Amino acid sequence: MAMFASKPLAWISQGLLYALFALGIATFSSWPKYQNLPPDQALIKLSFTHSGKRVADCTQRTPAELAKLPPNMRAPMQCPRERSPVSVEVDLDGAPIFRHVAEPSGLSRDGASTVYQRLQASAGEHRLAVRLKDNARSAGFDYSRSATLTLKPGQVLVIDFDAEKGEITFI
Amino acid sequence: MSLPDAIRSGGLLVYRRLEHIFDAPFGAALNPWRNLGALGFLFFWIVAVSGVYLFAVLDTSSSGAYRSIDWLTHEQWYLGGVLRSLHRYAADGFIVVTLLHVLREFLFGRYTGFRRFSWLTGVPLLWFAYVSGIGGFWLNWDRLGQFSAVATAEWLDSLSIFATPMTRNFLTNAAVSDRLFSLLVFIHIGVPLLLIFGLWFHIQRISRAAVFPPRPLALGAFATLLALALAAPVVSQAPADLASVPGPLPLDWFYLFLHPLMYATSPGSVWALLAAASVLLFLLPFLPQPRQLAAQPIAQVHPDNCNGCRRCFDDCPYAAIGMIPHPNGKPGMQLAQVIPDLCASCGICAGSCPSATPFRSAGELVTGIDMPQLPIGALRQALEDKLAALRGDSKIVVFGCDQGARSDALAGQEVASFSLICTGMLPPSFVEYALRGGADGVLVTGCRAAGCAFRLGNRWTEERLLGAREPHLRTSVDRQRICIAWADPGEEQELHAALANFRSRIAALGAPAASSPMPLPDSTRTPPKRIAAHGHVRL
Repeated sequence: MAMFASKPLAWISQGLLYALFALGIATFSSWPKYQNLPPDQALIKLSFTHSGKRVADCTQRTPAELAKLPPNMRAPMQCPRERSPVSVEVDLDGAPIFRHVAEPSGLSRDGASTVYQRLQASAGEHRLAVRLKDNARSAGFDYSRSATLTLKPGQVLVIDFDAEKGEITFI
Repeated sequence: MSLPDAIRSGGLLVYRRLEHIFDAPFGAALNPWRNLGALGFLFFWIVAVSGVYLFAVLDTSSSGAYRSIDWLTHEQWYLGGVLRSLHRYAADGFIVVTLLHVLREFLFGRYTGFRRFSWLTGVPLLWFAYVSGIGGFWLNWDRLGQFSAVATAEWLDSLSIFATPMTRNFLTNAAVSDRLFSLLVFIHIGVPLLLIFGLWFHIQRISRAAVFPPRPLALGAFATLLALALAAPVVSQAPADLASVPGPLPLDWFYLFLHPLMYATSPGSVWALLAAASVLLFLLPFLPQPRQLAAQPIAQVHPDNCNGCRRCFDDCPYAAIGMIPHPNGKPGMQLAQVIPDLCASCGICAGSCPSATPFRSAGELVTGIDMPQLPIGALRQALEDKLAALRGDSKIVVFGCDQGARSDALAGQEVASFSLICTGMLPPSFVEYALRGGADGVLVTGCRAAGCAFRLGNRWTEERLLGAREPHLRTSVDRQRICIAWADPGEEQELHAALANFRSRIAALGAPAASSPMPLPDSTRTPPKRIAAHGHVRL
C-alpha cells in the first residue's frame, strides 16, 4: 500500500532500479572472465573413432552347413561381427599419461571404438609417444608413433588415427 | 511444519518483502516482480524480432559467419549492432525473469492441484530456453562460440549417444564444415520455435494469460535494454581458432555457467545435477503438500438458478467453466458447467453470477454457481447477523479474503469482518446490501494489484465496484462510503491503518442519507431484527 508521494521521486527510483537491472545484465553477461586453460599450459586432444579388426577370421561354410540355411541366406563365407577393442597408450616425456581400452560400440560389438581425451601439458618441448592396438589376436601394439614436439602456450595438439593410411597423426 | 515447508515459507516472506519494496516506486500493478511471466514473453519477442533481422544478414557458412556479424557490429552499428546487442541482452533478461518466475511460483505454492499442468509444461521450457540460448553463441563462431561449442560437444559426448562423437566436428579448423553450421542455425531457430509451442501449452489452462506486460512496464524494460545495447554494445571476440585454446573469455554467465561447472567437476556431475533438478521439478506437484495447498471443494452449478449468462465463463481465471445446452430445453439457453480438474475453488464465478445478489427475495438464497464451503446464501445470513450486532457511530463492514492480509483481526464492536475465499467472490450487490442494512461504510480488501492468488480476483472486484464490469455496483450507491484497500498477507498493520483512516472519513461524512429500502425477502423468512432496529431498512 506504500506508494511514493511524489511522482518525480517514483520515476527517479524506477529509473535507478531499471539501471540496476541493466547493470546486472551487463555485468554477468561478460564478467568475471573465465580461462579454461592456465596460460602456461597446452592441450593435447586424443581423439579417434576406429573400428578394430574382427576378433576371428571369416570361415568357409561346409555344404552341410549351407544346406541347413534358408536358400536366400546361403552365403558361402561366415564372418563374425565382433570387433577387437582398441587399446591406446600415451606417454609424455617417458611417463604414461593415458591408458585406455575402447570397447567396440553396438549391441553386437561390431561398431567403431571411440576415444576422446583432453590431456594438459605444460608449454615447451616434450617427447610424445602414442601406441595403438586394434587387433585382439596380435601381440603388442599394431601402431605407434613418437616425436619430440614444442608446444606453445594455449596450443591444441590433436592426436588422431588415419585408418586409410594406417598411421597415428599429430595435427 | 517440515523443513522444506519452513524454507518455502521463509523464502516467501523475503520475496514478498522484496515485492513490497518495489511496489513503492512502481506501484503494484507495474511491479516487475509481479509480472515476471509477462516480462519473459516481452524479452522473448525482442529476441525473436531482433533474431529475424540477424538471420537475414547472417552468412551461414563457417568462414563467413564471423565476418558477417562483425560487419554488422561495426559497419552497421546503428541498426544491426544495436539489434545484436538487444538480441543478447534480451536473451539474458529472458533467462533471469524465467528463473525468477519459477522461483516465485514455487514460493507461492503454485505448482500443484489445478496449476499442475502449467507447472509440468513449464519445466521442459527451461531446457528449450538454455538450448536456444547456448546455441546462439556458436553461430558467431568467435573464441567464445568456439569455447561453448567444444565444451557442449564434450558434455554431450560423455553420454556416448552419437555414433560419431560431436567433438570430432570441432577438432580442427578444417573439421568445421558449412554443413555443420547449417545444422547449428537450424537448431538455433528450431528450438525457439519449439519453445513458442511449449509456451502455448504452458498458458493453455489460464484465461487472459498475461503474455505482455502492462505498457509502462514494457516500455521501461525495452528502453532499459535499448540503453544498455547503446551503452555497452555486444562485440565479438577474436575469430575461432581450434588450433588453440581461447584465453580469458568474457563469459555470459546466465547461459554458459554450465561449461566452467563441467570443467571444475565432470560432465557426469553436470548431467546428474541437471537431471536431478529436472526430476525434482517434475515430481514437485506429486509430493506430499502442506495443508494450505490441499484441494478445496470446487464450484457447483445449480441449473434452476443459472440463466446461462456466461459471466462466470468470462471471469473464470482458469478457463474452468464451459457452457452447455441448458437441460430445461429452452432454445438457445445455456448452462454453466464446471470442469473439475481446472477449478481453482476461488469463488470468482460466484462473485460474477447475477443471481448472487442478496436482494433476491428467496428465503434460501441459491445462486447459479456457488462454493459449497462458503455459499452466497450463508454469506448473506452472516452479513445480516453481523450487521445486527454492530454498535457505534461508524459501523464498517470489511470484505477481505483468505489469500490477502488477514481481516479477521479487524472485527470489533463497530466492525464486521468477512474473509472470503477470494475477494473476487464478492458480488458487488453485497456492498449495497451492507450499506442499506446499516453499515456506514464498506471496506474491501484482498491481495495487492497483480498479486491476486487467483490472478484476477482483485481486478474483477475493482472493476465491478467501479461499474466497469458486470455485475456492477449500482451508481446510486454512495462511493464515498466504499474503500478499497489492497493488502498482502503480512500487511495487517497497514490494513488496520487503512481502516482507521476510512473510519475517520466516514465519521466526517456523518450518518448516511435515508437510503432506499431493503426489500423484505419474503414472508416465510424471519426478518433480520437488528437491521430493522437500525432504522435504515423498512420491514
